[in-house]
Amino acid sequence: MATKPMRIRASVKDGVTEVKALIAHEMETGQRKDANGAVIPAWFITEITATHNGKVVLSGEFGTAVSKNPYLAFRFKGGAAGDKLAVSWKDNKGESRTDEVAIA
Amino acid sequence: MNNQRRNVLKTGTGAAVLGALAAAGIIKPGIALAEWNKAAFEAKSMADTLKALGAAQPTDSKEVQVTGPDIAENGAVVPVGVTSAIPGTTLMAILIEKNPNALAASFTLPAGTEANVQTRVKMGQTSNIYALVKAGDKFFVATKEIKVTLGGCGG
Amino acid sequence: MNNRLKTLALALVVSIVGQAQAEDTSAKLLDGINEYRDALADGNPSELVAAEGEELWKTARGPKNATLERCDLGLGPGVVKGASAQLPRYFKDTGKVQDLETRLMTCMETLQGIDPQEVVKAKWLKGEREKMAALVAYVVTQSNGHKIKVDMRPPAMKQMYEMGKMAFYYRAGPMDFSCATCHGDQGKRIRMQELPDLRTNAGAAAGWGSWPAYRVSNGQFWTMQHRLNDCFRQQRTAEPIYGSDVTIALSVYLAANGNGGKVVTPGIKR
Repeated sequence: MATKPMRIRASVKDGVTEVKALIAHEMETGQRKDANGAVIPAWFITEITATHNGKVVLSGEFGTAVSKNPYLAFRFKGGAAGDKLAVSWKDNKGESRTDEVAIA
Repeated sequence: MNNQRRNVLKTGTGAAVLGALAAAGIIKPGIALAEWNKAAFEAKSMADTLKALGAAQPTDSKEVQVTGPDIAENGAVVPVGVTSAIPGTTLMAILIEKNPNALAASFTLPAGTEANVQTRVKMGQTSNIYALVKAGDKFFVATKEIKVTLGGCGG
Repeated sequence: MNNRLKTLALALVVSIVGQAQAEDTSAKLLDGINEYRDALADGNPSELVAAEGEELWKTARGPKNATLERCDLGLGPGVVKGASAQLPRYFKDTGKVQDLETRLMTCMETLQGIDPQEVVKAKWLKGEREKMAALVAYVVTQSNGHKIKVDMRPPAMKQMYEMGKMAFYYRAGPMDFSCATCHGDQGKRIRMQELPDLRTNAGAAAGWGSWPAYRVSNGQFWTMQHRLNDCFRQQRTAEPIYGSDVTIALSVYLAANGNGGKVVTPGIKR
């Protein structure tokens, strides 16, 4: 199944880069049932990594309690306008995706 | 929307892509690819979760804070975050006491990243939210109750 | 003051204090909920849907293999900015009052050769209707911050308004509900959610101006057709045909009542 693009905003001010990311993902808990009473299998992002020019600035692990279409915001020192900021995720089905923006 | 800002690098299946990214130097091997902490995420109670995280006896700290509203209109999406003023904070985790599995998310912070991460979580019901923080080899914790209400038909 | 009067006065004071405390508590709760809503507004997942819609807008599709970039939403071919703030509108080329979704169906048919029935017959959030939702998310994002400005001069708009008003007050279903049952009074709420009084300018502007929206309760982006359809469903009455006149009439009624109010689309709702 095709993954959908993320929306990443990254902007630098006074030497600190603020990153806000919205990730398109179902984040199915594995605790819900469908109309026929069958359990909908868990499907969720397990790992997420943000890099600035290839250097990791945040890595995280998610459980099923992170909301559908996850949102993540954080700040790191450094970064300059035009630098690359990438966010990658991997889910429990082995799918993954990376999107990249230039820091504004 | 600016398409140039959203340049898709790769999409595909798991390890192969991450491997390729690592090879391309986008992700440094050995930093980002730590194994997902199954034991911690599948633990049910707070105590078991803390144990699985190696944080059986965290110290209460006023320098750690759970950020978020006092009340959530819907438990499916509750904005929460963790901030820590403790120098050398390297790990921050969000735990929801009354969820089926307490651990919602954990973050590893390299030097230079501020100890302030915001995300959104699901809450099954009104519950205490715990922010667990690691600095050096010590764990610290703070808590905040968030009430979950039920709304009407969606505005 | 005799004792009875004193007791009465005391009771009165107690009851006023009690009421003030209750109001204080509910004001606090509302502050909390507003804080919650503010926290969600930055990073509205509608952005993800709108991004898909923008791609779709520029993608050649259908038997005619064309994009929607020449679609006229009322402000001229290809003009998207501010267009949905002025819908529904009377369109001379079709001779009809159209809302955003039926107008997009016209563009899909004329420019791309896509049969409108593909949208009408699809299920919510599936097939062509899912694509419609993405297009809607893209278009309404371009009207965020604009003012609701529907042109009520054409006689067809006036007719639609009257029909919408009738539909708004029309009681139906096993509960004998109308739209007005919940949305025709000041200060009503369901549980902790305030219900806008859609008869008034402020209420209609708040309601109409913040849809279409992303709903956090189900993680779905809902168009106005979807929203209105669900009102009928909640009324436990027959659900209208997608894009039918009654849905457009209700939209005209709401939009006209909200004229001049601020558009904050796509919204984010519980």
